[in-house]
Formats: sequence, C-alpha cells, structure tokens
Amino acid sequence: MNWNWFYRMGSPRWFYETTSRWLPWLGALTFILLVGGLVWGLAFAPQDAKQGNSFRIIYLHVPASFLALAGYFLMAAAGAIGLIWKMKLSYMVMKCAAPLGAVLTFLALFTGAVWGKPTWGSYWVWDARVTSMLILLFLYLGVLALQYAFNSKDVGNKASAILALVGTVNIPIIYKSVDWWFTLHQPATITFTQAPSMHPAMFQPLLVMILGFYCFYAVALILSVRVEILARERKTSWVRERVKQAAQNSLGATL
Amino acid sequence: MHPMRKQRLQIVVMIIAASAVAAGLIIYKLGQNANFFYTPSQVLSGEAPEGTFIRAGGMVVEGSVRRDPNSLAVDFEVTDGSAILGVRYTGILPDLFAENEAAIAAGKVDQNRVLQASEVLAKHDEKYTPPEVAESMNAAYKAKQKRKADKL
Repeated sequence: MNWNWFYRMGSPRWFYETTSRWLPWLGALTFILLVGGLVWGLAFAPQDAKQGNSFRIIYLHVPASFLALAGYFLMAAAGAIGLIWKMKLSYMVMKCAAPLGAVLTFLALFTGAVWGKPTWGSYWVWDARVTSMLILLFLYLGVLALQYAFNSKDVGNKASAILALVGTVNIPIIYKSVDWWFTLHQPATITFTQAPSMHPAMFQPLLVMILGFYCFYAVALILSVRVEILARERKTSWVRERVKQAAQNSLGATL
Repeated sequence: MHPMRKQRLQIVVMIIAASAVAAGLIIYKLGQNANFFYTPSQVLSGEAPEGTFIRAGGMVVEGSVRRDPNSLAVDFEVTDGSAILGVRYTGILPDLFAENEAAIAAGKVDQNRVLQASEVLAKHDEKYTPPEVAESMNAAYKAKQKRKADKL
C-alpha cells in the first residue's frame, strides 16, 4: 500500500499552505450557518407545547454537546496517530483539540444548567448523564495539563495521547447513560436509527446549528493548529520566509 | 506497514481494549446503583433503602394532586404502572410539574409509606412539538378515545 498521501498530510508546511486556501471559504460557511441557524431557531421556529420558549436553548446545548463528544474522538485519534507514526502535526492537532473540547464541554454543561432550572427545577443534578459529561470536562483538562507537566515535549505528548486514548471509553458511556440508567436527563432526541422525535420545523434549524458547530470547530481547530505550527517550526526556512514577507507587507501598508 | 509502527499500533489497540474492559466491569458491577431514582415498586417492595434519603420517580397520577389552600404544601402520587407511592412536599413546584408527566421527589419515606419530599424535580421527555400540533394531536387522541367509549 502506498502511504505517500498520508505522510504528505503530516507535513506542517503542507497543512499550513492548504488550510490558507480553505479558511476563507470555511469561515464564510461557518458564519452563514451559525447566524442563519440562530436566527431561524431563536426567532422563527415554533415554541414547544410544554416548555414554551425555554426549549430554544437546545440550539446551543445539543450542537455543543455533539462537538464535545466528536471532538474527543478526533483528539484521541490524533493522539493514536502521533503515538504510532510519530507525526509532529498529529500531536499539534491533539494539543489544540484539548482546550477547544474543554470549552465546548463547559458550554454544554452551562447551557444544560441554564435549561435545567426552568424545566427540571434544578441547575445541577448528579445523574449519570450530567456526571459522565463532567468527567469528560476533567479528561479534556487532564490532557491539557499533561502537555505542560513534563520538561520534555515528547514525553508530554505521549502521556496526553495515552490519557486521551484511555478516556475514549467515556464517550459511549455518556451517549448510552440515559438508556442504561434512570436519569433525570431525557433520552436522545436525535438517534442514528430512528427519525428525530421533534417536529421538522424545530429540527431543521437544529440541524443547521449542528452543521454550523462542526464548521466552527474545524475553523477554530485549524486556526489554533496554524499558530502552533508557526511557533514550533519558527526556525525552519519556510516559516522565516513567511514572517519576513508578512513583515514587509505590513510595513508597506503603514508607509 | 513498518514493523515498529505495527507494534505501536498493537500497543494503542491494547490500551483501548484494556480501558474498555475496565470500564465495562465497573459499569457491570455498578449496575442499577448508578440510577438517579427508584421506582414506586422498588420503594414499596423494600428494594430501596429505608429510613434514609432517597429519590423516587414516576408519572404523576391524574387527579392525585391536592394543594393545601393555606400553605405551599402539596400531596400527590407517582406511579410506574404497577405501584403507587404517595408524596408530600412543601414548596414551589417546577413549572413543568403536571399530572400525567414524570416527576422525581427526593426525601425520606415515613411510617405511613409516604415520601416526605424536600425537593421535587420535573422530568420531561425527548419529544418537542409546537403547541398547535400538540393540540390537534390531543384532539385527535381524545376523539379516538371517545369513539372507543361509544362503541362499548
């Protein structure tokens, strides 16, 4: 099997130059989806028969939770590729995915608390879904902390990759927690096997928001990896060349 | 694949498998101890611990909610379909608390087998419907029930 495409993808320079071309399009798409989805969901979707307008926080809560879980898989996969192929870029992706995932998990927990008070009657409960989601936040913070816990960058990368891999078992637990145990949290509205138990007029903007969050995640991760690339590869000639060019451009703009 | 990489891939797979087995054992042994609440049948059959703080949940029985006109005290019953547990609570109920909806009450079961709750939470389902759709669905359901009753 020919692995060349795979190794080329692992080159920081290739990543930097390719994403330079993608970013404007991806950014515009993200903006359209998020603004469109928010306006549609918050202003035009019908309110819920039981919960009234308070259900609308679903348009942030569900996409944030989706990406918190999907982002963990991405981080763990990047860690595994780093461990097996010793790819620099892969570890950079893992490192940048950790704070992003932590913020999304926090957002999911926070919007859940805001939603919980008017519907359940409590900001926080220790049921299986909420608790396993809190563990996910600690896993993200653990991966982030391990990065800086060692003098050697290589050891830090390996340690956080192993923690990320061990933590992957938590993802199916979070997903299935509402089916395995009695929880206060309701079961999933959107599943792989059945039609969503939500009126189409409410589900369509939610779908737009989920797509928007996926695009936002991609943009945020790419931007953060690019900064990491510039910092780690600052001694290479192609980065020096770029910095020199950028400095000349901005100098030209000010003159 | 390079033999070195193959070996490292095996290690990665082993890490995942080992943590999956460990988590699986924990979940298996945790079993129903990780439940957030007990059902009325579990409470009345003595499966739930007695004389201590527990949560019990189920559907609020239709017509069982009785409010004290002079205080915030409220009595109601929850059921899981096979047993009915009485609940007494003093305080403000959550907005979504209603008959034929799920609720979870937390407190101690007294000698009369009534849960003296210090907190009541409303549990809603995963379905979301606009009010007009819910109304027309309700009307259709009621018409069907009526037709059934008329036939009898």
